[in-house]
Amino acid sequence: SERRRSPPPLGASERASERFGMVGARGGSLVGRGVGRVSTARGSPAAAVRGRVAGASAPSARRALARARAAKEERELLMWEALREATDEEMERDPTVLVMGEDVGHYGGSYKVTYDLYKKYGEMRLLDTPIAENSFAGMGIGAAMTGLRPIIEGMNMGFLLLAFNQISNNCGMLHYTSGGQYKVPVVIRGPGGVGRQLGAEHSQRLESYFQSIPGVQLVACSTARNSKALLKAAIRSDNPVIFFEHVLLYNVKGPVGDKDEVQELNRAEVVRQGSDITILCYSRMRYVSMQAVGELVTQGYDPEVIDLISLKPFDLETIYNSIKKTRKVLIVEECMKTGGIGASLSSTIGENFIDELDHEVVRLSSQDVPTAYAHELEAATIVQPEQVIEAVHKMCGAAVPV
Amino acid sequence: LGIMMLSRLSTRSLRGPLFSTFRGYAEESSTALFGRKLTYVHQLESLKPSALDTIPAYRIMDNAGNIIEGANEPKTNEEECVKMYKHMVTLSVMDRILYDIQRQGRISFYMTCVGEEATHTGSAIALKDQDTIFAQYREQGVLLWRGFSVEQMMHQCFSNAKDYGKGRQMPVHYGSKKHNFQTISSPLATQIPQAAGAAYAQKMLGMDDACTVVYFGEGAASEGDFHAALNFGATLECPVIFFCRNNGFAISTPSREQFRGDGIASRGIGYGIETLRVDGNDVFAVRETTERAREICVNEQRPVLVESMSYRVGHHSTSDDSSRYRPKEEIEGWLDTNNPISRLRGSDGN
Repeated sequence: SERRRSPPPLGASERASERFGMVGARGGSLVGRGVGRVSTARGSPAAAVRGRVAGASAPSARRALARARAAKEERELLMWEALREATDEEMERDPTVLVMGEDVGHYGGSYKVTYDLYKKYGEMRLLDTPIAENSFAGMGIGAAMTGLRPIIEGMNMGFLLLAFNQISNNCGMLHYTSGGQYKVPVVIRGPGGVGRQLGAEHSQRLESYFQSIPGVQLVACSTARNSKALLKAAIRSDNPVIFFEHVLLYNVKGPVGDKDEVQELNRAEVVRQGSDITILCYSRMRYVSMQAVGELVTQGYDPEVIDLISLKPFDLETIYNSIKKTRKVLIVEECMKTGGIGASLSSTIGENFIDELDHEVVRLSSQDVPTAYAHELEAATIVQPEQVIEAVHKMCGAAVPV
Repeated sequence: LGIMMLSRLSTRSLRGPLFSTFRGYAEESSTALFGRKLTYVHQLESLKPSALDTIPAYRIMDNAGNIIEGANEPKTNEEECVKMYKHMVTLSVMDRILYDIQRQGRISFYMTCVGEEATHTGSAIALKDQDTIFAQYREQGVLLWRGFSVEQMMHQCFSNAKDYGKGRQMPVHYGSKKHNFQTISSPLATQIPQAAGAAYAQKMLGMDDACTVVYFGEGAASEGDFHAALNFGATLECPVIFFCRNNGFAISTPSREQFRGDGIASRGIGYGIETLRVDGNDVFAVRETTERAREICVNEQRPVLVESMSYRVGHHSTSDDSSRYRPKEEIEGWLDTNNPISRLRGSDGN
């Protein structure tokens, strides 16, 4: 069994984080509370860091063997099933956890994340709200301050724009403005991102707008495994967490952990180790990047791909360790160019790690336009694998034919 | 009978059971309640929702289409009736075809308005071309009545170059400036405060014989924008008709879970707005109600709330299967016994 290990000594990134006052960049939560057993699944940053810090080979080999054995027994679920399982497990574990939103009860949620849960937990814990996002976000915040742990579901992230007032002025701020007397342990979750021809209003990327709100944590899941482990951690966290799912990833299949597996909310995931260039991405762009990488590898490139996971705060330690190696950064995001996650990340990297960079940070983002309905136009407004390949070529130089 | 004007009704019901036991001892003009006399009582009693009668709905025809004895004869002729009937049938057939087209994968999405044909036709016929219309997404019958062709509806649903919206939106997000019908925006109820603003503009621009009509569902009336818009309409005295289509469902959420008060009509009074409730499947009643609402709006330059009681026979959209949350018998019941198209046909004999 894994105990929570003590953190390694502060490196350059942490010192930078502290200097620039980025709260919680180094594993701390805004309200100190343990998050349980940390995932040591393959590819998790915890495993990577632990390996570096501990160093001894025999224990690592034993752990690798245990992981391999466990992998064979692991179940595979679709992402919506994984999210559902996370919700179910946490509701069972803690009777103060509940879900509120439109059509989450007997309908089971528009994306089935709460499918049939009302049969187990009743209609008060799977609360079908009237259509009023600002109000039920406010309701959730009030309930959280009074002792419940609500999961507030927006049927589409875009509708949470109505809830912006509550989220910005109350959710993130009340812990501070009350002098620490009140905490707001809510999880605000829902599907966002560009789908398939859903039209401009259903294709919003709210992480851009929310990132400035002080006091909230932003997390974006991308695989079945991390969606389950992160949602569990988010529910257990005493901080307000805005949990971004992507409308096109609900049917992504993958192995999932057991009921004790949670993942650190402010840790990035190294998806692929490499040496040529660091590709920073999140959510669906992880798959776009990996698709490009598949082609790039055949051309002789060796990109390192990091899934940010934590959109606020950024995991500067993992990012720094990668930049030190590769000295080039490409950000691949679905946000608009203006004011997106990439805009903040790019500035932060430039400010903190300029000495490690051989090339300016390049951002591949969506165009600053309302998302078109027509299939081809929609595709043209978001980042495609070809653009990633072209950007890597430009930054690393043309590949030498093998 | 005439239309049950809410002001007449309220005089009877509110004064009756509520104040009979009180003896007010003082009355003064209240600053807090401008223009109203506030009575002070020395008996503490709360105002229960059950103290007020459910606001009745106006109808002219019974479910079979017979004009009810004592009701006003609809002022119409055969030509007009045939036109209305044709329109409702065209609408219903177009809906079914477009639904099937989606199922065949030729368009990505569609929302039918089956069951609400009388609400669309009856209200549209009462409006004039200069009345600006805002809608939610389930009002294609209103747009078609204005002169938007079925072919143009196809262009919009297929998102081709001939679509007025240039193919930039999902199906059923129609709009046509030349028909004075604002382009649909997906998020619910955003159109309601916009309509209050448009009515305000009409007033400021001196457009004397024009009003704004905004359609929305009973679910959208839960949104904050609804309440704000009604309050604005009332305080700014804008010529806007707030037209609520109460069809019983917001995706899977039935009215019972959407609100606890007496529907949406009861809210109008709370905001100081004259309110009308109508049987939404009686095309003649809807027409007369909308005509009256328009008259008040335009002549007295103040808002009116109309609640049209109907039933959403179809699914919420092509992404929904309503058999998951309601019994088939309920749907068939409405189709058989309270079908807006059959009722109009049934009135033929009169």
